[in-house]
Amino acid sequence: MTDLNEAILKAFQLIKTADADLIEIVLLSFQVNGLAVLISCIIGLSLGAFLAVYRFKGRTFCLIFINALMGLPPVVVGLIVYMYLSNAGPLGVLGLLYTPTAMVIAQTILITPIIAALSRQTLEVMHNEYREQLTSLGVTNWQMAKTLLWDGRYGLSTVVLAGFGRAIAEVGAVMIVGGNINHLTRIMTTAIALETSKGHLSLALALGIILILLSFIINGLVYAINNAAERYAYA
Amino acid sequence: MLNEANTASLFPLVVKDLCYLANNKVLIDQLTFSIERPGLSAIMGPNGAGKSLSLRLLHGLIAPSRGTISWAGVTNGSHVRARQAMVFQKPVLLRRTVRDNLVYALNINCSLDKSLHEELIGEALKRAGLTGHTTSPARRLSGGEQQRLAMARALMHRPALLFLDEPTSSLDPNATQAVEALIEQAVNQGTKVILVTHDIGQARRLSDEILFLNNGRLVEQGPTNEILSGPQSRAAQQYFSGEIVI
Repeated sequence: MTDLNEAILKAFQLIKTADADLIEIVLLSFQVNGLAVLISCIIGLSLGAFLAVYRFKGRTFCLIFINALMGLPPVVVGLIVYMYLSNAGPLGVLGLLYTPTAMVIAQTILITPIIAALSRQTLEVMHNEYREQLTSLGVTNWQMAKTLLWDGRYGLSTVVLAGFGRAIAEVGAVMIVGGNINHLTRIMTTAIALETSKGHLSLALALGIILILLSFIINGLVYAINNAAERYAYA
Repeated sequence: MLNEANTASLFPLVVKDLCYLANNKVLIDQLTFSIERPGLSAIMGPNGAGKSLSLRLLHGLIAPSRGTISWAGVTNGSHVRARQAMVFQKPVLLRRTVRDNLVYALNINCSLDKSLHEELIGEALKRAGLTGHTTSPARRLSGGEQQRLAMARALMHRPALLFLDEPTSSLDPNATQAVEALIEQAVNQGTKVILVTHDIGQARRLSDEILFLNNGRLVEQGPTNEILSGPQSRAAQQYFSGEIVI
């Protein structure tokens, strides 16, 4: 019990003193996950809007496929990306394995289906409401997709949050392709796993506290944004 | 400033043997009529008669299963689409401010000179009586204000033809009066209006002719006074006398 209390105290001390290792890990986590979410948003939101607006042969299959990809096991994604990026793989020549870029690739593969599937659901509800009116105004499908993305921005912030939540909590895939190398590819989740296995609970706890705080802050922000949007009937 | 609506090249509107089937059920059954006169034509009939569906078919929002719709002798309606507008029973407004809803409609028409935008927006706001609500969120307006905004947005390009699908069905008398004033204004400026309504008083006040539909078919068509004072068909007689038509 005393050990645990000591670890908690030390964890808060690490946060309070802005420990250099801790800050480095947190910043890298933000870089990797932020970039992965950004890329996933560009691909996923476009795909979601496309699927919400366009009707084509094979659309139902696409919807089932993307929904199924939402449940991709991270370690399997990690393994596949590893095989592609390793020296024996087709992209081995790029030398990306065990770099933050490899982690971004793995995270992007994991998050994009989530953002695409959830945004499609949100935008399709709006599309059903807007379709006849916008068609009547002479809007093309391309313009309609852009309109839905803009008008649905507040609802989509929750979708982006879901993607970020998945990314920030991810450990399996990034561990495999990043290698959890100190000062290079160590992020919050992989560091927590490693430090816990080594018995260094204070750093693991400090990172855990930051992760939970982060989750609260982001959720609070999205709640506030949606609340304001609701108040002004923009949601 | 935009020119007054020119309806000459769109009429006569001739609908011939128009059919629409959904799930093997005939919803519009060999609908045949023509509309030649300017002014306002009201489409009336009991629920399920196919009034709103006919409007959507005419506006090109859905494709007919069979039959033709021709505008001044031309069956492909794509050339008239840009000159039409439609306002729905429940106004569909974007999740934006009142002004941005109008700007959106203007931006769709890229050929329009941007220098005219401000003037057109000001004119539309004034017409709809919404000058004090420019920056208000459109979906926070009252039902009547929302419908006036939808009307003003539809009229921004001075359409030659305006379809109205029960635009006042959920409004109180004051709001109805304001929307009817906008409709009359549009008609006076040369826009042909085709209005679906259940309101006999409204048809009497606004329309020049009535097309009475029942079970997806045209039952009768004629000048408003004639139809309202002496409907020929049993269904129309029941409807206009206030009996329940099943």
